Amino acid sequence: MSDIKFTRALADPDHALKPAGRPGPLGKPLVLANDGLPEEEKAWFCDAYPTASGPYKGILENFLNWARSKSLWILGFGTGCGAIELRPLMTSRFDMYRFGIQPRPTPRQSSVFVIGGYASVKTLKRIVRSYEQMMGPKFVVALGSCTINGGMYWDSYNTINAIEHYIPVDVYIAGCMPRPEALLAGFKELQRKIRRGECEGAVKYAENFEWYKANQKKVIHDWNMPDYNY
Amino acid sequence: MEPSIPLRIAYAFASLAVITVYGLLLIGSMARISAKVQGRVGQPVWQPFIDIVKSSGKRNSISHGVMFWLGPVFRLAGGVGTYMFVPAVLGSVVFQNFSMSGDLLLVMYFIFFGQLGMALGASEGGHPYSAIGVSRGLAQMTAFEVPFALSIISIAVQYGTLDITKIVMAQQGGFLNWTLFTNPLAVVAAMIAFLGMSGHNPFSVVIAPQEIPIGPPTEYQSNLLGMLQTNRAVFNGAKLVLYMNLFFGGATNVPVMVVKTFLIYFVNIFVGQAFPRFRTDQAIRFFLGVPTLIGIAAVVLFAF
Repeated sequence: MSDIKFTRALADPDHALKPAGRPGPLGKPLVLANDGLPEEEKAWFCDAYPTASGPYKGILENFLNWARSKSLWILGFGTGCGAIELRPLMTSRFDMYRFGIQPRPTPRQSSVFVIGGYASVKTLKRIVRSYEQMMGPKFVVALGSCTINGGMYWDSYNTINAIEHYIPVDVYIAGCMPRPEALLAGFKELQRKIRRGECEGAVKYAENFEWYKANQKKVIHDWNMPDYNY
Repeated sequence: MEPSIPLRIAYAFASLAVITVYGLLLIGSMARISAKVQGRVGQPVWQPFIDIVKSSGKRNSISHGVMFWLGPVFRLAGGVGTYMFVPAVLGSVVFQNFSMSGDLLLVMYFIFFGQLGMALGASEGGHPYSAIGVSRGLAQMTAFEVPFALSIISIAVQYGTLDITKIVMAQQGGFLNWTLFTNPLAVVAAMIAFLGMSGHNPFSVVIAPQEIPIGPPTEYQSNLLGMLQTNRAVFNGAKLVLYMNLFFGGATNVPVMVVKTFLIYFVNIFVGQAFPRFRTDQAIRFFLGVPTLIGIAAVVLFAF
């Protein structure tokens, strides 16, 4: 059953947009009034939409893209077993600092979000919150087979299959687990993509906000946070 | 001849630009040296420049209110203020800054002004880690201020003045005239305080930019973070120039200034790579122990 569901969701994005009991055809905004929150808590959170800033072009933007590619700050949030492969990157054997990559503890300051393997629904909630709190332009590297199609957790009751249904992904690194060398290769590829100006995930997220939000709400049933966290 | 006011302002900006670039290069090269000690290649020397460009080039930014914006402004004002009242190069028209207009007490005030402003701004962010960082930072600052202030009192008594230019002038004419040799106890106390001020190991728990308790700048992002990074370079440069003037004979030209400040900053790396990190309570106990006694000894030696 789950394979049918998965392929249909990939082939027909509209399908994923129609969760049970929640209307909203593509392009038409859902009612985003923090509707999962209790009445007295609604005033604590904003209920604004993300705004798409960019993509920009020109010499200045090329220069900024170069700087962005040379200064990748990873959000230090290990979302799955693959996060264990991030640690060796700091050691003298792999030394990611020479590429301008360094870890950063807060989503406000980081620019790369590494999804470390399978994402359980509970983690997905935190992934969405962290991703939305990052400042654009922001990049997502999805690590391991689990983020691409579920991998060995393909028919698990509690993990999601394709992370790109919930947040936009720039680079996938296949493997179970990919070794640190593969991670470095992935980061180099991300740098090339940023320099070419192809990493506009934040813009994509803002433009297709309803689609992403509907997908997220389809799997996260205890939605007790603002619809857009920033 | 005394330069006119607009010319002095232009010189001040030039001097500030030089110290910013130099401070950033210093941070980058020290990170590279640390990497070599750890057997790594390390980040490029110009990485701090790229980081600032990237932070300032972010497309969106959030605010938590007026005080949140003012925090980095106060911090930058503290860094620039510290630098502006210290003669970077003695006798140079461009690099003497406004050293005739302020004295040591004003500079000491500016050193702590930035941190207090940042504490106010960071608290406005509302993040619990900001509050933890602020309390750690202020506690450690209060502790290292004691040996630093005692050392300053000692050299003020020694030279009979609080004017930095006069203190430097008194140290000219051979390296045996430096405070390092005429008042070694004060220099030892001040250098230990300097380790705390710079925030390298063993006193790096206040601002650990790559760890979960990142410190006061938890909520700062985009251009505000770029401002804080710039200030780090200016403030480092200002402190180094101040220390060079007070304890190591000052500088009469730019190359001497560069060599001396590099070596003073290198003490941080030398100690930091050899010793593990203190917790905040351990750091406070440390500063209020032997360094304070050394500072008191320095004062007693010259006061009586």
